[in-house]
Amino acid sequence: MTDVRYGHVWRSIGPSPRPAATADEVPVVIAGAGPVGLAMALDLGRRGHRVVVLTRLDYIAGGSKAICFSKRSLDIMDRLGVGQRMVDKGVTWNVGKVFWKDRPDPVYQFDLLPVKDQRRPAFINLQQYYVEEYLVDALAELPGVEIRWGHEVRGVAAHDGGVSIEVGTAAGSYAIEAGWLIACDGNRSPIRTMLGLDFEGRIFEDNFLIADIRIKEDRPAERWFWFDPPFNPGKSALFHRQPDDVWRLDFQLGWNIDREECLKDANVERYIRAMLGPDVAFEKEWYSVYTFQCRRMARFVHGRVIFAGDSAHLVSPFGARGCNGGFADVDNLGWKLDLVLGGASPDLLESYNDEAIVTADENILNSTRSTDFLTPKSEVSEAFRDAVLGLAAEHAFARPIVNSGRLSTAISYPDSALSTPDEDDWTGGVAPGSPALDAPLGEGWLLGELGDRFVLLQAGGGATAPEGLDTIAIDSAIALARYGLEAGGAYLIRPDHYVAARWRRPDAAKIARALARAQGGDPR
Amino acid sequence: MSLILTPNLVDPDGIYEKLIALHEGRDAADSQRVNARLILTLINHIGDRETILEAIAVAAGGKV
Ligand SMILES: Cc1cc2nc3c(=O)[nH]c(=O)nc-3n(C[C@H](O)[C@H](O)[C@H](O)COP(=O)(O)OP(=O)(O)OC[C@H]3O[C@@H](n4cnc5c(N)ncnc54)[C@H](O)[C@@H]3O)c2cc1C
Repeated sequence: MTDVRYGHVWRSIGPSPRPAATADEVPVVIAGAGPVGLAMALDLGRRGHRVVVLTRLDYIAGGSKAICFSKRSLDIMDRLGVGQRMVDKGVTWNVGKVFWKDRPDPVYQFDLLPVKDQRRPAFINLQQYYVEEYLVDALAELPGVEIRWGHEVRGVAAHDGGVSIEVGTAAGSYAIEAGWLIACDGNRSPIRTMLGLDFEGRIFEDNFLIADIRIKEDRPAERWFWFDPPFNPGKSALFHRQPDDVWRLDFQLGWNIDREECLKDANVERYIRAMLGPDVAFEKEWYSVYTFQCRRMARFVHGRVIFAGDSAHLVSPFGARGCNGGFADVDNLGWKLDLVLGGASPDLLESYNDEAIVTADENILNSTRSTDFLTPKSEVSEAFRDAVLGLAAEHAFARPIVNSGRLSTAISYPDSALSTPDEDDWTGGVAPGSPALDAPLGEGWLLGELGDRFVLLQAGGGATAPEGLDTIAIDSAIALARYGLEAGGAYLIRPDHYVAARWRRPDAAKIARALARAQGGDPR
Repeated sequence: MSLILTPNLVDPDGIYEKLIALHEGRDAADSQRVNARLILTLINHIGDRETILEAIAVAAGGKV
């Protein structure tokens, strides 16, 4: 995002000293301690790897960035041990409402968690700086992970066995040798630029004003979105609750604006009062103006340099697919790099490239469609947009066409090379390449039992699993129904909780073959 | 192909008349809005994705 005033200090940490050793060698270096780099470090660190995180700033930045974290991200964060802390602090919500003009009733309303009996809600709202702080705290428990604050990547030279990195600090520069470099250095990725790599896509000709303010409001924790409200005529607006009595107000501004002028407190406050009433009492948290873009790199894996998060793909915020998409990268890459560090062929990482691109493309597609609905490109597209809203107010049929952002959900990889295609007939359940569904299990939850290794979900015994493969017996009726399982059937689940294979009547050989394939081996 | 491209109206002149009457007294912008409402209502009635895509291709002047 091109945010004109990006970040103040949320939590100061101070610069890490320049390392004493001259030639530092580490298996994995992560560039950037944004949410994606930190989560990446946590995933690899929990698997026992030594990781150095190099990050330019020496503090956790505040400001207005991500607030909406999806169920899928919470599931990932549960696996990494910080999900509960996020949920405890966050504001839980499932419902979104879309308003039009001055009509008091929504023209469209959605429940993002139609399937109940799952551990996590569809979304929580939580300021990105809290998420970063929780990740930093969790990393402090891992002796193998070191975050070097105020250490900037200034040069990279990739070679056969790794990457030579030049690091700048206030106390002088030094060199570090990395087996692998994961570039989580954000949408302007200096590493991408240093390597001369592409970042193709579109810029949308619109500006949005974000006012994060503190206010005592007892409106429900729902996402409220307006098209053409009286307080921002002809444009859109958004109102969303965050923890600490902070609310996010988001106003569409149009393309030809004077940014400096727009950001003046008096101007922002005019918008706030127009929305919430002339006498509303509020406190400023942060005001910013941003434009948005949808872009991605052609490839995310470049030899020993791997891109994840905003450095690899960028979306508009409507749909909350930025950071949530970045966490999906982490989830996908962590176990694969773990296997490669343990001796597996680096070819496995090609499946990260493929699957993360499927995710990025779906996120870009959805956020592009939303943005085109919000910011019609021509008179005729505006006429259609307004016709949809008008019809939605009168007739149910038009409501699903209203697009104020299609919110982030887990994305399937139907053509993944790691999946074993079905050999049995399945009417329901979860197809190979799709994320496992949560369900109550024993005293806890199914996803909680999956952990971060391959597992076999079994109904009523059946085939013996190959050695080293943990099995989980499914007994709850809800779980059996959700997976379409009957006695004797089984699912092979990947460490990132995606289905690798499933059978009505598996045998040990089939399971072993599917497992080898899911780990990048030859399927035969 | 499921899109009907052969005559299918019992009263073509009468229906055409109603279509033009819909736009009487409207300026260009209003007409555009009403057309959009009509198109959206009709495509929902059709429902079938392939049929709608064929109709879009016909409207664009392309071959189906
Ligand atoms: C207004 C707004 C609202 C948003 N809302 C949502 C939302 O609700 N949900 C959602 O999922 N996403 C949202 N996003 C997107 C989300 O903020 C980003 O996707 C997320 O920050 C990406 O994380 P990242 O770690 O990839 O990159 P960043 O957060 O940009 O982190 C990159 C890090 O790399 C560091 N760095 C850069 N260069 C170097 C270098 N040379 N050496 C060392 N370190 C370097 C930077 O200092 C930074 O710490 C929103 C974004 C905006 C602007």
